[in-house]
Order: sequence, then C-alpha cells, then structure tokens
Amino acid sequence: MAALYEGYTLCGLAPAQNLLSSGIQGVEAERDSDHVVVTDSTRSVTLYKVSDQKPLSSWTVKQGQTLTCSAVYNSQTKEYVAVSDGKVSSDVWRVHCVAGGEPVVLFQRGAVRLLDSLLSAPQQSIEEILAQEEVIRWSTNIVTESQQVVIFTTEQKGDHFLYLQRLNPNTLQRYRLEREEPGLSPLSFSASCRDKHICLLYLYPNGHVYQSVVPVRGLGADEGAQALLMPRSLLLALPIGEGLLEAASAQVLDDAHVAVVGVPHPSAGAGKDFLCIWNTNFQTLQAGKEMAGKIYGQLWRYSNKLFIPHGKTLSVIPYEWPKSSLASALGKLRQAKTEGELKQICTAPVVIKTCANDVHKTKTMDVQGLQPSVGQLASTLVSRSLDDPTFYTPSSLAQLVHTRCLCHSVCPDLVLLALERKDYFLCQLCLQFFPDIPEAVTCACLKRHRNEILQTAYSDSFLLPHLKDLSSQHVLLFLQYLQFLYLKYSQDAFPQMHGLRSPSLTQIMDWVCLLLDAHFTVLVMTPEAKGLLLNLHSFVKSQVRLVSELGKIEGSLQELNKMKVKKDVGQYSIEVIELF
Amino acid sequence: MGEFKVHRVRFFDYMPTAIRAMAFNSRTERLALARADGALEIFNFADNYFQEKVIPGQDGRAVEALCWVGQRLFSAGLNGEITEYDLENLRPRYTVEAYGGPIWTISSNSQGTLLAVSRRERNFNDIQCFDFVFCDLLGRIISLSWHPSGTLIAAGMMDMIRIFDAETGRATHRLLVERGVGASKSKEVVVWSIVFLSDHTIVSGDSAGKVQIWDGVTGTLVRTQLVTKWDVLALSVSNDESSLVAGTSEGTVVQFQFISSTVGQQDKEWVRTRTFKNHSHDVRALAHTETAVVSGGMDTQLVVRPLLDKVEKNTQESALRKMTLPHRSLVCCAKKAGLLLFQFPDHLELWRLGESDGHGKPGDSLPVKRKPEKLIQLKRKGEDHICCSALSPCGGWLAYSTVTSFRLYRLQNNNISITKVSKLPKDLRSAHQLCFSPDSSKLFASSSHSSVIVVALNQPECKYLHTLKPKSGSRQPVHLLFASEDGKWLATANTDCEIHVYNLDKLKLHCTVPVYSSCPTAIAIHPTTSNLVAVHADQQIFEFSLVQKEYTEWSRKLQKQGLHSLWLERDTPITHVAFNPQNPAHIILHDTFMFCIIDQSLPLPEAKTPFYNQMTLRSLPEPQRIIHSHAFKICKNFQHLMCVSLLEDHSLVVVERPLLNIMSQLPAPVRQKKFAT
Repeated sequence: MAALYEGYTLCGLAPAQNLLSSGIQGVEAERDSDHVVVTDSTRSVTLYKVSDQKPLSSWTVKQGQTLTCSAVYNSQTKEYVAVSDGKVSSDVWRVHCVAGGEPVVLFQRGAVRLLDSLLSAPQQSIEEILAQEEVIRWSTNIVTESQQVVIFTTEQKGDHFLYLQRLNPNTLQRYRLEREEPGLSPLSFSASCRDKHICLLYLYPNGHVYQSVVPVRGLGADEGAQALLMPRSLLLALPIGEGLLEAASAQVLDDAHVAVVGVPHPSAGAGKDFLCIWNTNFQTLQAGKEMAGKIYGQLWRYSNKLFIPHGKTLSVIPYEWPKSSLASALGKLRQAKTEGELKQICTAPVVIKTCANDVHKTKTMDVQGLQPSVGQLASTLVSRSLDDPTFYTPSSLAQLVHTRCLCHSVCPDLVLLALERKDYFLCQLCLQFFPDIPEAVTCACLKRHRNEILQTAYSDSFLLPHLKDLSSQHVLLFLQYLQFLYLKYSQDAFPQMHGLRSPSLTQIMDWVCLLLDAHFTVLVMTPEAKGLLLNLHSFVKSQVRLVSELGKIEGSLQELNKMKVKKDVGQYSIEVIELF
Repeated sequence: MGEFKVHRVRFFDYMPTAIRAMAFNSRTERLALARADGALEIFNFADNYFQEKVIPGQDGRAVEALCWVGQRLFSAGLNGEITEYDLENLRPRYTVEAYGGPIWTISSNSQGTLLAVSRRERNFNDIQCFDFVFCDLLGRIISLSWHPSGTLIAAGMMDMIRIFDAETGRATHRLLVERGVGASKSKEVVVWSIVFLSDHTIVSGDSAGKVQIWDGVTGTLVRTQLVTKWDVLALSVSNDESSLVAGTSEGTVVQFQFISSTVGQQDKEWVRTRTFKNHSHDVRALAHTETAVVSGGMDTQLVVRPLLDKVEKNTQESALRKMTLPHRSLVCCAKKAGLLLFQFPDHLELWRLGESDGHGKPGDSLPVKRKPEKLIQLKRKGEDHICCSALSPCGGWLAYSTVTSFRLYRLQNNNISITKVSKLPKDLRSAHQLCFSPDSSKLFASSSHSSVIVVALNQPECKYLHTLKPKSGSRQPVHLLFASEDGKWLATANTDCEIHVYNLDKLKLHCTVPVYSSCPTAIAIHPTTSNLVAVHADQQIFEFSLVQKEYTEWSRKLQKQGLHSLWLERDTPITHVAFNPQNPAHIILHDTFMFCIIDQSLPLPEAKTPFYNQMTLRSLPEPQRIIHSHAFKICKNFQHLMCVSLLEDHSLVVVERPLLNIMSQLPAPVRQKKFAT
C-alpha cells in the first residue's frame, strides 16, 4: 500500500500578496535525487540538498531583471541554464532539460530549439507555430531511449491542444483535447512515458482525471495537418465536495498511482488541503496527508519525493508505493518492507522482550502505525521459532495477536507454528482475530481442533476441496459433534449463555452442510454413518415442514400488515368511489 | 359502471334513547317497545322484524310498562297515567289518570278482561284493578304478575313479595326477600320483576342480583340463584313456561329452563342454562318469544337472540339481530339545493353540504373547499315529539308534524330566513308522512285511514286541494309517500302492505299494486319509464308498470329466478329507492350496511355467482369485467347509513351514523368487561 511519510520543510516561501502564486517558478532536479534547484518567481535560484534541508548555493539575477522560467541543470555539462527577461531570439516560454537529454528552449509562439543550436546562432529567426490567441499553458520534456520529445499544451478560445515536438528528426504533432463541460480548462497536466507511448494525465476542476495515450513515434504523414482529436479515458472522478477545484494538481507516479494535491480527502470533509495518492486501477485511495495552509496547485516529483508549496513553506514528502495489486490496494499485502531500525531488534531476545513490552504499552496508541512493526516483530519471532526448535515465545506471540494488528498474511507461518507446537490457545486466538486465514490452514486446524474453528471466516468453494482431505472417521466424529452442538443450542433458549465465543446455530448448520457436501458419497457408504444420516434427515424434514408452516404464518401475518388501517373519517368528507 | 363523488356526512348526531319496556304479542307476533323519551315502536316479528309503526314520544311521558290486551296496547308510566294507543293513527287513544303517583307496572290477566297497575297514592300503595283496589300499607309495588287463572296477583315490593286474591283483594301470602350481603345488607332489596306461573311457582328478580323460585301455594322459597353482582331488572317467561330469562344490569341475559337436572328423572326443576351477553348496559326489557329472547335496555339496541334449540341452525332465523337505527328515514335531502334536513324528536336541523372543486381518482378524499354549514336549528313547539318532516327539493319549504300539530315554513336560503306559514288548511292538522312534489308546488300529507291530503303551495298561503283515499278502506297509516318526478303520480304504502298509486292530474286513484305479504319498506317511481319499484321487508324487489298496470318483464324475471341468497340474508330493510337520471337502467337502493346500484341491463346474479364481487371486478382487467358483472353493484364502503341520496349534480350523499359514536354517548356501564376477567 502506498504510503506518504512524514514530510519536512525544504524552504520558506514568499507567496504573492494575493496568495495566488506560491512564489516558486519551479523545482528542477539537479545531479541526483537528493539535490534540487528551486527557482523563485522573481530573480533567485537556490540549490538545495534535500535530505539536509539545506541550501548549498544560490544566485540571483541583477536588480530589475527577472527569471523567465525555472533554471535547469544540464547534467552533461554540469551547467545551470536560466533565461532572464524573456528574450533570446524571440520570447522564451521555458528551458527544459532532463537527464539524458539536451537542453531545449520552447518559445512562446511554439517553436522549439536545442539550446546548443540557439547559442551557436543567436540571431536565427524563430518561426511562429501557434495561431493568434493561442497560448502555451504547460510544457514538459521527455527523453525516451530513442527520442527527445517536448510536449506542450495550448489554449485557444477554450479549446485545448497538445503539441508533441519530436527532436532529431524534428516532427510536430498537434492534437485537440476533448472538451470537458463548457468553461472548464484543465488545472494541471502530467506526462510520463510508458511502452513507447506518452501518457498524458490531466485534471479538471470538476475532479475528473483523464488519461490520453499517444505514441512517441509520430504518424509521419499527417504532420502539420488538421489537429487530431486525442482520445481520452476517465481515470478517476475525484470527489470534490462543493464547488469546483481552483488550485489542484495531479501527478503521475506510475502506471497505477497518481498523486493529487488540492482535492478534498473523501472521508475528511470539505477541506481541499490534502495530498492524496490514488490507485487508478482500483480507484482506491492509498494514502492521504493534510497539507497546512494554502495549496497553490503546484506539485513536483523527483525520485520518491513530492515537492509541494503550501502556505508559506515548500514541503518535501517522501512516499513509497508497491506494485499495484488488489491485495495492496485493499491493504492486505504482507508488509515485507520494514524500516531499518527494526531489523536490529531481531538479534537479541532481550531486546525483543523489551520491544514486545513496548508494543504492549503502546497498544492503545495509534494502531495503524503500529501494524508494520508488530508484523515484523511477529514474523521475526515466528521464523526464529521455526528455525530453532528450542525457541518459542508463546506469551509474546499471544500478546502480539491480541493487539489485533496482525493478520495471517503478515505472518503466514504463525498459525502453523502454533499448531506444530500444539499451542492451541494461540491457535484459538489466531482463529478468532485473523480475518484472512487460508482455507487450507483452517482445515489443518480442523484436524486438531473443535469450537473456535467453526467461527472463522471461510469461503465454501475454497474450503470444500480441503475438507475432502478429512478421513471418514474424522468426518463422522465431527458431524456427531456438530449435531450434539446443534441440539444443545437449539434446546437452550439462551445460546448466548455459553459465552460470546460459542458458534451460532447457523454456523453449525453451515458446517454440517459443508461436511455433508464434501463427504456425502463416503458417508452413504459408511455403515456407521447410517444412523446419523437418518437422524439428520428426519431432523431436516421436520425443519423444512416447520419452515413451510412458518412461511404460511408469515404470509397471513403480512396480509394483516397490508390491511388498510381504517382512516379516521371526520365529520364530513368528499370522496370519490368507483363501482364496477 | 362509473365513478361517484360522495359527500360522506357524519354530522347527523342521531341518538336513539334507551329501551324501557317491551311487550310481545305472540298472537299477532308484534313486539311493542317503549323508549325513554316516551316513543313507542311496533316491530312485526312475522315480517322480518320490520319496524312498521312508530308513535312519537312526548315530553314527560315516561313509559315504565307496556301491556298488550288482545290487539290493544296499554302503557303506564311514572307520570301516573295509563294510556291506550291508537295503532291506526299512531297516537295515544286516551289517557286515564290513575289518581296516584308514579305507576311502576301494568299487567293484564290472561283473559284480557282486567288490567292491574301498581300506584302510590298518598301513603297507600295499591294495586288498582279496574274494578278493585287492593290496599297495602307496607310498601311500594314495583312489579306485578297475574296468575294465568286470573284469580291471584303476585306483587313485587321492597324486601318482599305479596300474593293477593284477585277476587277478595286480600293478601294471601307474604314472601320475604333476603337482602344482599355485605354493605348492601342495610339497603332495601327491590323486587324489580316477578312472574307468576300456572303451577303457582313465582319467580322473582331483585336488586340483590338474585333470581328466586318460590312455591306460591305454600309461600316458601324453592331455590335461589345469584346471577349478577348488580340488579336483576327484568324477567320473561316463554308461553309454555319451560324457559325463563332474566336481564341484568351487567348487560347479560340469563336463561333458566324447567328441566330435569339428571337424565331420566321425572322431577323437573328450574336450572340455569345459558348466559347471553349482547348488551353493554342494563337490560331493562325482555320478551321471551317462541324461538328467541328479545332484549333491550340502556344501550338502545333491540337484540333478538334466537334460541338455537328452537330454530334450525345456520338459517336466517338462527342469526342474531341487533337493531339500532330506525327502519325509516330521518333524513330528507333537497337534491336541487344540496340541503339536508335531519329530524330529531325535539328539533330539526337544516344543513348545507360542503363543496369541493377538486377531482380525484377513486379512493381519494377531495379537498373540501367549503365546509358544510348548519343553516337552521328549528325547535318544535308543544310537548309532542316530531313524527315526520320534509324538505322540498328546491329547499324553499320545510314541513313537520307532531301527532297534534302541523307546521309549514317558507325558507330563504340565500339570506337564511325562515317564515312560518300561518294560514294552513284546517284539514291539515297532523300527518304520518310528508312529501313535497318534485317541483315544490304541492305538499302531500298522509292522514288517517290511509288517506293523503294534497295541498297546493302558493305564496303567501297554501290551499287545500283534495284528499286522496284508497278504495280498500284500510285503516292503517301510510308510512311511505312518493311523488313522481313528472308530477303525475303519487304512490303510497301502508302497513296493510298496500301500495296505491294516484293520478295527480285527475286526483284519482290510478291503481293498486297487487298486495304482497310483506310490508313495503321503500317505494319510488321511475322518472322516465313510470315504473314503480317497491322493496319489501322480506327484501323482495318488485317493479310495476303504472302504464300497463302489471309487473314489468324485469320484475317477472327477477321473481322467476329469485334473488340471490346473500341479498335475502341481509337483516336491515331497504329504506330508500332512487334513480340515476344519467342512466335509466340504474336503481339506487340502500340499507344500513350497504348501498346498491342495480343495473337492469345486466344479467341477474345466479345462485352460485359471487354476489359481493366489487373487489373481484376491481382486480380484473377492463374487458373481463363485463363477463363477471351482474346487476347488483354493492358498495360497503359506508356503514350505518341513515340516508343515501343522489343530488342533481350526480354526486351521492351518504349520511352515516357510526354505532361507535352512539355508544360513546351512552353513560358508563355498571361493569365493563375486561380481558380475561
């Protein structure tokens, strides 16, 4: 399950007076994942070491000059590129540079030049690609193994277009985005490359997140022709609460996860200051974090960190996400990864004890946060117990199970270990608290156990084949016991008297049915089972008769219910009747 | 069939009064019943228990006892008068002052020659026969019973029973009645009721809740049976003296039978057998008929409880009957003006119906735009209660009559004014039934000997036109009047079961419908075909063509095929017949529990046809309905109907008087049945 970790502040912000912009033009990657270049909206550029939350160096343009776009780092030449006051040969929109690619300049009128070529011929003429009144809204630069692509979107009279400018050879592809509801323009774009296709993800103010996929390789022929309509698919319809989103951004994390900022948390009410990770395959919310202060709709991602300007700070939020799977989406995946600190604990039993005690003490605290550590602790204990026949810590394990933070998938060997060590108490606890015990294991328990098992969750179709493994003697015994239980409970007016842990009548009945299903032919052939089966048969017959009688009673009682309550007629009324 | 807009009226606060006394004439099978307001009702038990006559009450007349002497009916009451009733003119024939205080009881000897009443004069309490006065100085006489031989009279008094020799007037026995136990020990016990049997057995019922059997020869107590914690108010014995019933304050009726207590033994004794609980309040009056126990009391209902050993089981005869609402209409609807006239014993109420401009689908209640409005409450003059009333269809005339006076009023509904018409023809002194012609130009008033007085209504006075008389010479009163829509015909029905039709143009008798054995309960003449539709107490329907003077084809078909058994099993009479101007084939009828539209164009229901099939028809798709339809469209949405009438705008008016509303106005009963007690 994707997780957002505790964030930290990279730097303070000087937001604009009207709080419409964060005061940051952009955050760009530097030499590695721990360094970023932050360009503010006026004239300074700062290099930060992220993990230290420390500025390493900073420079500013002259007084009176402004930076046109974020400064970028050219990793090939180890140079920084910044554009001040907008002009090179024509008005510049942005300079892009990504690792493995050359710096490119995107002009406001849509032309694209490699920085090198521009520098070598500064006075060259820059063509105008865009139509009148068409303006660039967003741009990015992607390098695939074979191709560098500049992607930008434009807006013209409410229509939005996507341009794919491929470099070497230069081709330009123009797509038109499908219109959303009238008047709605995309709030944010995010592009990623996947399987020689470029995925464009864009978020609308109504919370809809669309994905469009276009091939990296151009179609060639229709270059420059009419803009193609870009097919799109709705990835997510985010709950937006009341009104439309104003400042929000969606960022692709991988093919299944999207980070969204500025959209309300579905279960936290109307506030829009949340950072959430959504799984787009299963439409599930994977993680959420409240961001204090104003959200500006800006979001950057470099390696496993999200950079979010909010309020008066630029926060860095590390995150992680596993490969998308149903299990993880539903939060049931075994928590394999753990934090480093716990690994050390495993070495000394003494430490384990302390830790277990700690766990016990902090049980009342945030259970959610405790789950991974409890799981880790338990699996460590279990694996050690399995390895070392002399080592077994029943009470600690029982304590851990009692926290209810464990489940079978976290610690798959625990139940079998308990069975092996004949620790039936622990087994019982597991059966009681684990929601996800596999049917095979349930059957294994069944061979040794009796009431607790009846209460565990199971699925008929999975349990059935495993039940068949039981021997007919076992089945007979088990059936007799079930019958005994049933008679006992049905005679008793207050089955609850036996304590909360006794199986209910329906559970017993279900088990009887299951057993009969699994072993019917065998039982029919077994002479000892004859009496039992006859008993059950007559019992079921009487029950069926009772139910049918009850059905009749129910029918007539329902008729009573349907009978119209005579309305109170006052002294006078005017009614309409019909005679037939 | 169609949709109807229905004005559902529940603001007629009709309140019957308690039943005080009862007398059953087993020879004529007539039950006379007296109510607390002094009104008398005659039910014909031989004719489906039809309430054929009502003699209105009078202020101050409190009937305590009733007595048939042959076909003559006498009453006595707390006003100290003995009254004989004129059952032909529905009024007291004469009243004899008994020269004493209140009379508690009246009893005739079996020969029907002597009548005994108990009275209290100064300090004397005595029994006055018409020839003798038996004096007794000891106490009030509450109850009396003649020995069938006519030689002895048993008198129930305070704490005792006395037996008098009817010839000498001497008391022969004094039987002391034990008081109640506990607190009631200090209270005198009242012998509320007494029965003298031919074997000289005396049965008494008293205020201590006992029914006691005495030997009248020796004057000894034979048996005591405590039947209630409260009072035993009434006793009645069957003609063959094998069964006896006692009514109590708890509302129960307890039966005793003269049978041998062990099988095979010859010795018979009075054994308590059955208990009936059909009343919520005191049972004040009882009659033991051949086959049934008839009871009545504070809860105003007349209950006929057939004894299942005397009738065939699961027949109509074996069904319990409760009669609460009268068998005649107390509501008059002015269909042109949308007005309702409600008749109470002491006043009349004139209401204007509400309005709604909404439309709705069947089952809806429409928003009431204008609420109904009581326009006039008219108090009657004099002591006598109102016996009949009528409102003209235009709403411009109102008439009512008591047994002694007749009043006619001119109404102006726009500014709600009422003017009494002072100058009335002298022939118009009293009426049994009143009816206005549809154009409101004539008034018909039924008078003595089945005659009808016709009066022309002209402003400012009204003029006597004619008196219509039947040729039969019947002396019975006319209880139904109907003037046809075209003004040509007037139909009358009397309690001799005769229906006469007069031609109003010629002011002559047009024809007499063949007399049917059962009394007509509703008659009407069709506005276009001039066929007379008559419904009788036995639920039979006849249609008689006035033009051809014979029963119509439809009527013959109906008689031939017979009415559906479920129609015949209904136990309340049809009290109103009307027609639908939109569809001449429709006849609208109603009894207390349903109203019915008979579509003469549809086939009559066969014996096996589901009779009450409205629900079935509703559930069927339109094309299939016609297959399952039959002529009788019965609507039971409305209950306890006092009136169903069709207004000129084709909306229906139904006047309901829910029994619960009547019950809720009764005083609290002495004992309420609680669950599991």
